[in-house]
Amino acid sequence: MREKSKTQITLIILVLTVLGLFLANRYLDAYKVRIINLSGIYVTLGLSMNLINGMTGMFSLGHAGFMAIGAYTVGILTMPVSMKEMNFFMQPIVPFLANVEWGFLPALLAAGLMAALFGVLIGAPVLRLTDDYLAIATLGFAEIIRVLFTNTQSLTNGALGLKGIPNYTNTWWSWGVALVTVWFISFLMKGTYGKAFLAIREDEVAARAMGVSLFKHKVMSFAFGCFFAGVAGGLMAGLLGTIDPNMFRITLTFNILLIVVLGGLGKIGGTVIAAIIVTVGMEALRFLDEAMDLGFVQIKGIPGMRMVVFSIILIAAVIVREKGLLRRPKGSFTYVKN
Amino acid sequence: MLKIENLTMRFGGVVACNEFSAEIKKGQIVGLIGPNGAGKTTIFNVVTGVYKPTSGRILFSPEGKEEHQLTGLSPDRIAKAGVCRTFQNIRLFSELTVLENVFIGNHLRVKSDVFSAVLRLPHYVAEEKRLYEKSLYLLEKIGLQDNRNEKATSLPYGMQRRLEIARALATDPKLLLLDEPAAGMNPQETRELIEFIREIKEEFDLTVFLIEHHMDVIMEISEKIYVLDHGVLIAEGSPGEIQRNEKVVEAYLGVG
Repeated sequence: MREKSKTQITLIILVLTVLGLFLANRYLDAYKVRIINLSGIYVTLGLSMNLINGMTGMFSLGHAGFMAIGAYTVGILTMPVSMKEMNFFMQPIVPFLANVEWGFLPALLAAGLMAALFGVLIGAPVLRLTDDYLAIATLGFAEIIRVLFTNTQSLTNGALGLKGIPNYTNTWWSWGVALVTVWFISFLMKGTYGKAFLAIREDEVAARAMGVSLFKHKVMSFAFGCFFAGVAGGLMAGLLGTIDPNMFRITLTFNILLIVVLGGLGKIGGTVIAAIIVTVGMEALRFLDEAMDLGFVQIKGIPGMRMVVFSIILIAAVIVREKGLLRRPKGSFTYVKN
Repeated sequence: MLKIENLTMRFGGVVACNEFSAEIKKGQIVGLIGPNGAGKTTIFNVVTGVYKPTSGRILFSPEGKEEHQLTGLSPDRIAKAGVCRTFQNIRLFSELTVLENVFIGNHLRVKSDVFSAVLRLPHYVAEEKRLYEKSLYLLEKIGLQDNRNEKATSLPYGMQRRLEIARALATDPKLLLLDEPAAGMNPQETRELIEFIREIKEEFDLTVFLIEHHMDVIMEISEKIYVLDHGVLIAEGSPGEIQRNEKVVEAYLGVG
């Protein structure tokens, strides 16, 4: 009975999403459609980070780095050959990439795989660390990627960045990927592998004693998280059309962390809602950056004011609802087999 | 089943366990006792791979398989080999439900890879269904089938200890190590626990190695007892022999 009604709810949400996207594409202006796109991308990012931080309990802050890898992979692979010549005027692009021009889907997959590959390479030595040590190591890695991309002129065009990446990303892509991520992560967490991740989060010593290999499962979770971060980075490149290394600073990671914390560690539904709220909120609070006349006091426009307000909202949210916006009522969402 | 040879474990200058040897035969229930700080849990930790011993060997020979060394293997490999344990200070997965706790114990026997798990391919779904049924059966065994969706830490203390045993049983162990299973239990619960250990030993064809402070439990249940004091083995033998042993009495009561 319960399984059945769950499937029905899933179907209703799916239909509503498709309908909503259809209507949005038709009736909303380009600015609003762009926010919808960004929301979809942030859903993917939030979920991929929640898998690593919230579900497996590894405090990683390397997300911006993995996004950068994905974004550059898509940028380089999809950019038309003539555009590449224009972009790389300081130094020509490395020969083996000069004549490639892939479709968006294979490029996105390559972006995910590339990020996952780096995830495994970085993860294998670094995931032995715990808590804050891991956070610092992954943070350092993300910075290394950014600095590396600034200096590899013939591969990434250095600080000039890439311009003229085809704008393949539309709402179907961004939300399609978001839905695939929701599906993947919820099915992953439903099975024994997901439960093993949770066991590692709860108690590493006990998890090992029950035969869960820490190394294997941590690297696995990390690689999946990086894969989706890479794909989301690719979508971002396809949405913006222009990328440069400075986009992928630590603040980007913190935006995603904000979504994860607001959504609740380990919560899928909460993360989706938090991603939408944060993305829309960032735009909606834009008026705070402008000059304001409150009657009794005049405020000159201060750029970055909305970030201050947003941070205060975050602090308040964490104090009032430390377990995320959607707190799980006792036992009601747990997986029941008949 | 398990042979411990000249096991020594040093932490810096502290010798937690010195030249300890023991042998556990298949189907036996063997007890390990000693005053607080004698090094009992250290021996469990070395056998299950939490610590690497300073010297000595641990040999494990499950039925139908060749004898092999456990020394130097990681805890998860040792669990896969068929040695599983419970903890003195309960270590359940506290945010997870009772059923999930037991279900995780099954994970090491899962043969399907992670992608067939995510895609829910038929062979994985069949495997998962079987494991769920096994978990539910184990919960029934400890009388927690109706609490399966409750948080593990919401259970009363005695039940948490039983849940730990059920979780360990889910890993299909050949040798079960119980670290003070009766700690904090009242006499009634203790009686039930003794029955329970005997029952699972028969049903799952187990060999049991246990640490216990309740002398009545250990004397009643064990076929053989090892006594440890300050990391050194001071006596071994049947419950009767141990009770008459002067060194043991001295270690527990002090010299008068």
